[in-house]
Amino acid sequence: MATQHSRSAARIMMAPAVILLLGWMLVPLTMTLWFSFRKYLPLRGGDLGWAGFDNFTRFVSSSTFWPAVQATLIIVVGVIVVTVVLGVLLAILLDQPMWGQGIVRILVIAPFFVMPTVSALVWKNMFMDPVNGLLANLWKAFGAQPVEWLSQAPLSSIVIIVSWEWLPFATLILLTAIQSLDSEQLEAAEMDGAPLLKRFWYVVLPHLSRAITVVILIQTIFLLSIFAEIFVTTQGAFGTRTLTYLIYQRVLESQNVGLGSAGGVYAIILANIVAIFLMRIVGKNLDA
Amino acid sequence: MARDVKPRRKALNTALAWAAGLLIFFPILWPILTSFKTEGDAIASPPVLLFFDWTLENYAVVQERSDYMRYLWNSVIIAGGSTLLGLLVAVPAAWSMAFVPSKRTKDILMWMLSTKMLPAVGVLYPIYLMFIQMGLLDTRIGLVIVLMLINLPIIVWMLYTYFREIPGEILEAARMDGAGLREEILYVLTPMALPGIASTVLLNVILAWNEAFWTLNLTAANAAPLTAFIASYSSPEGLFYAKLSAASTMAIAPILILGWFSQKQLVRGLTFGAVK
Amino acid sequence: MPLNDLPASYDVDDILPAMRGGLSHDGTLYAAPFYGESSMIMYRTDLMEKAGLEMPESPTWGFIKKAAAAMTDKENEVYGICLRGKAGWGENMAFITAMSNSFGARWFDMDWKPQLDTPEWKETLTFYLDLMNNYGPPGASSNGFNENLSLFQQGKCGMWIDATVAASFVTNPKESTVADKVGFALAPHKDGIDKNANWLWAWALAIPAGTDDAEAAKEFIRWATSKEYIELLASKEGWANVPPGARVSLYENPNYKDIPFAQMALKSILSADPLHPTVKPVPYVGVQFAAIPEFAGIATEVGQEFSAALAGQQSADKALAKAQALTAEAMEAAGY
Repeated sequence: MATQHSRSAARIMMAPAVILLLGWMLVPLTMTLWFSFRKYLPLRGGDLGWAGFDNFTRFVSSSTFWPAVQATLIIVVGVIVVTVVLGVLLAILLDQPMWGQGIVRILVIAPFFVMPTVSALVWKNMFMDPVNGLLANLWKAFGAQPVEWLSQAPLSSIVIIVSWEWLPFATLILLTAIQSLDSEQLEAAEMDGAPLLKRFWYVVLPHLSRAITVVILIQTIFLLSIFAEIFVTTQGAFGTRTLTYLIYQRVLESQNVGLGSAGGVYAIILANIVAIFLMRIVGKNLDA
Repeated sequence: MARDVKPRRKALNTALAWAAGLLIFFPILWPILTSFKTEGDAIASPPVLLFFDWTLENYAVVQERSDYMRYLWNSVIIAGGSTLLGLLVAVPAAWSMAFVPSKRTKDILMWMLSTKMLPAVGVLYPIYLMFIQMGLLDTRIGLVIVLMLINLPIIVWMLYTYFREIPGEILEAARMDGAGLREEILYVLTPMALPGIASTVLLNVILAWNEAFWTLNLTAANAAPLTAFIASYSSPEGLFYAKLSAASTMAIAPILILGWFSQKQLVRGLTFGAVK
Repeated sequence: MPLNDLPASYDVDDILPAMRGGLSHDGTLYAAPFYGESSMIMYRTDLMEKAGLEMPESPTWGFIKKAAAAMTDKENEVYGICLRGKAGWGENMAFITAMSNSFGARWFDMDWKPQLDTPEWKETLTFYLDLMNNYGPPGASSNGFNENLSLFQQGKCGMWIDATVAASFVTNPKESTVADKVGFALAPHKDGIDKNANWLWAWALAIPAGTDDAEAAKEFIRWATSKEYIELLASKEGWANVPPGARVSLYENPNYKDIPFAQMALKSILSADPLHPTVKPVPYVGVQFAAIPEFAGIATEVGQEFSAALAGQQSADKALAKAQALTAEAMEAAGY
């Protein structure tokens, strides 16, 4: 098979990618770790010496920390629940025989290709604006008082926007998984007279469990770091300051790099915990 | 997969699916329609869906006021540049992992994937600082490099999964015929891998085009791509719905079309092969 | 770099003293103001008349509340008062900080201890919330300068307290439906306190040390902030649209004098004192801000708490307690 020659050639071919990624990972990570132990204030002359674990304790004991954790959790969990539930339903629907399946698929997937700043801005102004927004018009048509979405129900509004962005992703993956479902198995169940709900619960859902897990894990990683949607809509006001946004504010707005870096270290640890689970699944698949 | 169903059930499915599809697509359709309205029609209450005086004026205004072409050009360069650069680095790596696998191949792949999970905000300041010191802040080359790096794991992975599907026997045969490594890559592998490479490129351009953390934080005026251009519309100045819509439509149209072509490959690229 | 050898025709002494003071150090000018602004009340004369009230030149907050109540007509979407509510140090906090000065509050005491837990701040915020909740437009917590401008131009605001520069927009018949019905007054103050709630802000041009071509830069600054430039612009764009707030001579120019808002804008600029912004002494300079590097970050987050209070998510007390806590944390982290 592979000769000694091709082996060393392979190593050389792999080198640029490995070295680049290694640098991309290690250099900033080391710097973040270093800063997180320093009193680093660019506006006051930069690096002002060791801070020990001060930044870490200060970040966690700050009055803004727990509300940020809470906002992050609500957004991540909210979006995942909405996208997975609707995604499963949509995937099943799209798997049925129908006319114009290809076009419907395209319509459903479209939001995924819209850049986050556009979706946030369009939702904020054209749908959720309490005076001229489309939803306000809808509410008025039914004689109801328009909702001030982004200030009265800020977290739900963000969940709605982000769910809209991610629903296509969930649907697409679940649809792919559902299409691999053995139709004979389903038909057999149908023959046996199993009612729709039972077929769904005992045949479809178990088959989808792996795809659902993948959707949840991948979305969690991306959702933990959503930024543009908050940046454009509320800038972190009204309790929408997530961990990511809090760190951004510490680093770039208040220019307290030490404190922000400590927050960054927490965020990295958090993301890694999720990542480990995802990697296991991916790794298993690689062996197969 | 074709199952026989009663026409009535098929009709019901169709109606339901189209309703859901249109509902989901509506937040895209609405700004596209609004972009052809006058500002007055854009905030008309109750809203008008189709019967208004169609106008192209907003597109002209957006271009004139904000130099839209410049942002578009920046987006094209940043998305295209980072993809090409990424390809240049990833193709050899993916090739060698797929065809000359070793015991560590899997570990390397997994490790590459793990770099993708690094939260950007965690390394925001170091990157920001390095950019300032190297004079890369607000330059296109700086963004090309960063976006190339954040998407490199995805490119390697996608290429790897495609390359692995190319049967090894063909390569063996080519080698028997005396083909060297170079010929093997150029004349045997490349033609077979082209579809895979094409879909990788497509997905990567989409991801880079829409990236909205680094592009917002590392640009100001010169290198700002469309993501940043749109964010600058976040505060209204007088009546602006139609102009906002025109700007949004122009920003998403190219990628929406590309995206529809790539939908089949999307799943593979975004799940790292965990769902096929 | 110092700008001390400008030609006599430039007439340095013509620059408004309030501006010159802020841009000089030890008597040497380091930057030339291109544009200066303060804030003032813009109000609808027709609505005021209908309410049977007359706006004094320097009203009290009590009068503003009475007038806002009288002008509000929610059925017809007319709201007595529009104020900034959108979070940000340059948005709601510019207004609320200036307002707090007129209530005798201050950001920090002489030891840099945050003062947001004082009764003066509580009175400021409570009054602001009360005013906005009863007589303000819906969704006020996301209204900044631009949003309020468009509301006022559409005739939906009875009074609006904001940057003096807005006067030229609301009186422009091409953009504003109420152009001929706008009156002006000094920003309000609390009865018995002689600080008004107006701010002071300037856009100025300066030359960084170590520049390649200092002469060209200086020539540009000389031109862009000169009297000729103002005249050039006036001949092209009209007197109402020249950059205001930088030169005394502009306000003495007969062409500019006729513009309805000119004198009130000048009075507002002159009455703001960045060196003594508050009733009680403070260690910082700045009317609607405190000139320390940390302020922008702190005020933006405090602004978010106030904005959330305006949206009805939390009480004034809660917002102030959170604001005090996060300011104290930030100041401690910064090493004060």
